[in-house]
Amino acid sequence: MGKLATIVEFDRVGLRYGTGAEVLRDLDFRLAAGGFYFLTGPSGAGKTSLLKLLYLAQRPTRGRIQLFGDELTDAPREALPPYRRRIGIVFQDFRLIRHLSAFDNVALPLRIAGRPETEVESSVREMLAWVGLADRASARPPTLSGGEQQRVAIARAVIARPELLVADEPTGNVDAEMAKRILHLLTALNRLGTTIIVATHDISLITATPGAQMIRLDNGAMIDPTGALKNPPAQMGHADA
Amino acid sequence: MQGPTPWVIAIMMFVMVVIAAAGLSLANAAGVVSRGVENRYSVQIANGAAKASAAEAAVRRTPGVAAVRSIPEAEMRKTLERWLGPEGAKADLPLPALIDVDLKPGISPRAVAAKVEAAVPGARFVAHGATLKPILRAIHSLTWVAFAIVLMIALATAAAVVLAARSALAANRPTIELMHGVGATDNQVARLFQRRIAIDSLSGGVAGALAAGVVLLVIAGGRAAWVEDVTGGPLLTFTDLAALALLPLLGTLLATLVARIAVLRALREAL
Repeated sequence: MGKLATIVEFDRVGLRYGTGAEVLRDLDFRLAAGGFYFLTGPSGAGKTSLLKLLYLAQRPTRGRIQLFGDELTDAPREALPPYRRRIGIVFQDFRLIRHLSAFDNVALPLRIAGRPETEVESSVREMLAWVGLADRASARPPTLSGGEQQRVAIARAVIARPELLVADEPTGNVDAEMAKRILHLLTALNRLGTTIIVATHDISLITATPGAQMIRLDNGAMIDPTGALKNPPAQMGHADA
Repeated sequence: MQGPTPWVIAIMMFVMVVIAAAGLSLANAAGVVSRGVENRYSVQIANGAAKASAAEAAVRRTPGVAAVRSIPEAEMRKTLERWLGPEGAKADLPLPALIDVDLKPGISPRAVAAKVEAAVPGARFVAHGATLKPILRAIHSLTWVAFAIVLMIALATAAAVVLAARSALAANRPTIELMHGVGATDNQVARLFQRRIAIDSLSGGVAGALAAGVVLLVIAGGRAAWVEDVTGGPLLTFTDLAALALLPLLGTLLATLVARIAVLRALREAL
């Protein structure tokens, strides 16, 4: 087991929307590169807000955030796209673009990154085959089932081989069998070195993922009785360790 | 054409092309009339029918005169009848003697006027340009009003495009968040909206300009003959038509630029 670098570091982070009460309070943790983390907690605990901070859709109102070793709390907005390209996101509501085919939805991150179309073509075909949707490449999202849409969303999130994958309830809209398949996809991706953070209510997912760690949020604060998330990532076990 | 934006732009472009064509026609008419009377003068002799032939002979002898034409009394009475009714054609209405004089370019009208007025006592040497000056001034004013209206319509179109861009941004907020989420820059997001607005503007602009072209053809078909009689030239030159044809393209460029600025400004408000 080699030493693992820190990929995410939160230092007394707080978040409030407008003038409302803080939805996240004093978040203070580090996540190791290559780790597999589940983010759990009751509804309204702040899971989605924490994910937004992780995929740089929101700035903290206090505290410091480091991603990939770089301090990004006050980074200018034009500096953020290159970091976002290193993060894959699976939204709870999929957020597929309705008028684009499954192929074009999956190809979006590569095209945004300016990859040549020949590379896009082969990578997307391979990715669609990996999620079992090779024959649905030209289908538009409204014609796909919930599970198929979810897999397209996952394919889009991982197509650019992100270093960090953030998934919000990725199994929330699928049956148990499909949930197992999705977890298998995420685990395979983690084995390739991607750090995975999955927000979920599904305890069976957590129990089915040996080596994964749990971040528990309650009322905007983190409950980490073991202290493993904070100290020290270098000694943490890898997900498949 | 999808959505209201192309239709709004089509209507704006229709009005813009018609008004711009009217402005250009007025400018052309003013130019033609102005050039036509540049060297034209009248010798007027009140109650001077008896002196008309002597005056004409004196004018012909004057150096610098290019052409001389006495206006026949019948022609004057016909003109008066058009304005005054049958009373204008009656023989008991006294008429002046009128002689149209064209001077060669560069000849001083003052010198000619002095010679004519010395040769024919009571004669007045009057520049046509002076008579038409108020009309030409009115035409010039109308031309500027037309171009000001074109400018205002362009500004209104730009405002409509800003509203359309903001509405499109609001409607596509989740897509924009997604695009940003996967690492798109503001320029990449703005390009999507620019492209949509450019397509809408071009389709609406071309449709509006074509409709205006049809209307202008109908108007020209019915009115061109007398306009050309009055002005001695066509309503619109080839250059004018080319400028009008460019309006939809200029409109598209303006709309695309405005949409880009509006979208980039709005995106800056998000993270």
